[in-house]
Amino acid sequence: MRVLMCRPDYYTVDYEINPWMHVREKPDQALATVQWQALHDTFTGLGIDVELIEPVKGLPDMVFTANGGLVSGNRFILSLFRHEERQGEAAYFEAWANRSGFETVRLSGDFFFEGEGDVLRLPFVTSSVGETLVAGYRYRSEIRSHNQISELLGVRVVSIELASEHFYHLDTCFCPLNEKAALYYPGAFDDYGKKVLSNIFESLIAIGEQDAKSFCANAVVRGKDVVMNPCSAALKEQLKALGFNTHEVELSEFIKAGGSAKCLVLKLD
Amino acid sequence: MEKGGKGGHWEVIELRGHIIDSLTLSKLFDEIILRGGNYVSEEISIGTSKLDPSYARIRVEATQKSLLDNILVRLSELGAVPVESREVQLVESPGDGVFPEGFYSTTNLETEVLVGGDWIGVEDIAMDSAIAVYKLNESDSGGAGRYEARAIKMKDVKKGERCVVGSSGVRVNMQERRAVSGTFEFMSSGVSSEKPMSTLIGGIADEIKAFKESARATEAQEPAKILFVCGPAIVHTGSRDALCCLIEKGYVDILFAGNALATHDIEVSLYGTSLGVSMAEGVNVYEGHNHHLRAINTVRRVGGIKEAIEQGIIKDGIMYSCIKNNVDFLLAGSIRDDGPLPEVVTDVLEAQDLMREKLKGVKFAVMISTMLHSIAVGNLLPASVRTICVDIDQSTITKLSDRGTHQVTGLVLDAGTFLKELCARLSR
Repeated sequence: MRVLMCRPDYYTVDYEINPWMHVREKPDQALATVQWQALHDTFTGLGIDVELIEPVKGLPDMVFTANGGLVSGNRFILSLFRHEERQGEAAYFEAWANRSGFETVRLSGDFFFEGEGDVLRLPFVTSSVGETLVAGYRYRSEIRSHNQISELLGVRVVSIELASEHFYHLDTCFCPLNEKAALYYPGAFDDYGKKVLSNIFESLIAIGEQDAKSFCANAVVRGKDVVMNPCSAALKEQLKALGFNTHEVELSEFIKAGGSAKCLVLKLD
Repeated sequence: MEKGGKGGHWEVIELRGHIIDSLTLSKLFDEIILRGGNYVSEEISIGTSKLDPSYARIRVEATQKSLLDNILVRLSELGAVPVESREVQLVESPGDGVFPEGFYSTTNLETEVLVGGDWIGVEDIAMDSAIAVYKLNESDSGGAGRYEARAIKMKDVKKGERCVVGSSGVRVNMQERRAVSGTFEFMSSGVSSEKPMSTLIGGIADEIKAFKESARATEAQEPAKILFVCGPAIVHTGSRDALCCLIEKGYVDILFAGNALATHDIEVSLYGTSLGVSMAEGVNVYEGHNHHLRAINTVRRVGGIKEAIEQGIIKDGIMYSCIKNNVDFLLAGSIRDDGPLPEVVTDVLEAQDLMREKLKGVKFAVMISTMLHSIAVGNLLPASVRTICVDIDQSTITKLSDRGTHQVTGLVLDAGTFLKELCARLSR
């Protein structure tokens, strides 16, 4: 497993584009750096290869690399950020992808698309239809982007409308664990979304409001290892019962900008 | 491509993608209804495998523009985009009496086609037809448009005539179903079998009266007409006088019937019986079962109903009133007919053509106690024609509606009660 991360050198909260962000409650820069490093080290400790993109001054959210694009094979699908504050990031992700040997793909359409923040691959869900992507829309990405992703990659894209602005990206409230199970926060979905998820997964583990606010669904899964911000004992027990090892990394400073473990990485393979 | 019509506002949108697995289509339908709109699915094609995207084209309707806009904003969030107007696709008919493959099959609703950049109305609209499009000569166009579109029956199409194929560039005014209910809202839906009949008939009488007054007041060269489609039960139930009364008062512009109605009407004139039953006493008359054959034979001998009237053989009755009052009529034949009377058109295709011709200008149709004729005429009527069907058997009305004459208002009632009450109301 290979991921892309971005050092939090210029990370701060200078604007408010989600309900978590408050410019008067800035994250502790030093503590953020310590937390980010701990996450980085947890990944490398699990054998995950971490690549880095240079941070850019004035683009504080670039640390959340998951929103920089979507990688499939050798293709790097560029994001079309909804908010002006983040649109400057796109050129840097594109340049990085080109330098790294990816074929960059720009979606053609008058819509927004925020990369892996809203599109989760289910590589372990194998069926006659091939790979399925679960994609969120409403707050950051638009559903019309899903059709292009589907055509481009030749995969089925199941679209889910998000229902809570606190969980504005799909990866903030939904985390597939394996071919049968996924974590999700029911408060972030309407009945249609919940039904769609239950059609895909045999076992949907609903997390509570507190765990949701702790971004426990914003977890990185690799095999039997789950990396996330500290969660409730009950959730850890549930994960343990399914055979998962939970690796908790305190990421409080990033939650102040509405992100956590999963938002801080972009999967490259 | 937003339109405002007499029934409200509408817009056609389309939706693509994995809209079934994602429940996006279900959600879209629910959102339209929850927000007070309505929809008509014009086309839905489901991907053949889970990988294939699906497609839906949906007409979204609302009574107010602001409501429609509100719905469309929400639908755009679900990925719906307005459909660009596309011209109709025209293909030449491969032979006489044969439509091109994939021809657009019409409904009885007001229909328009986009041709030469303009939406033009389809003339003579009737269900189960194709739409033929003709380019007009410069001299014929008169500035009204360069093309003409007309509903055409299969048997009438000629080799090389261009017909609409597929459904792009065709729009149908679904609102008509609601718009035609007129002054009689409370019974505009479905069949009435447990409603106060006297009140219902009174309402119909008021409608007919208003319709005729309006038709008489118009300066149009061909005022709107009322058609009566009648079965022989009118004679059997002893209500021919009531129908004659309507004819004499000018409430019947055209009469459609079969051999039986005219035969038994004349039987009453000549023998005082209908199907051999005495109209005066209600009992079978000796040798009465052959009265209708003798009546037919008499008319055939003199050459026709008109001749029989002129010679004083027929002195009263429905056919007598029609001829004396210059009311147009058409008697269409069927397989079981005895005789038939000379006026009966026995070639069904010819009868169909004559019906279609006579239906021009008909805006009101009253069908009484005749299932086959009612359905046949229903198939030829545009949905904008106010249609009343009276039958003792509820299934007649249901069948009429099921076969596409959705606009029908049905009364489950015997012909005699209806006609006598109607006549009394219209005589006041």
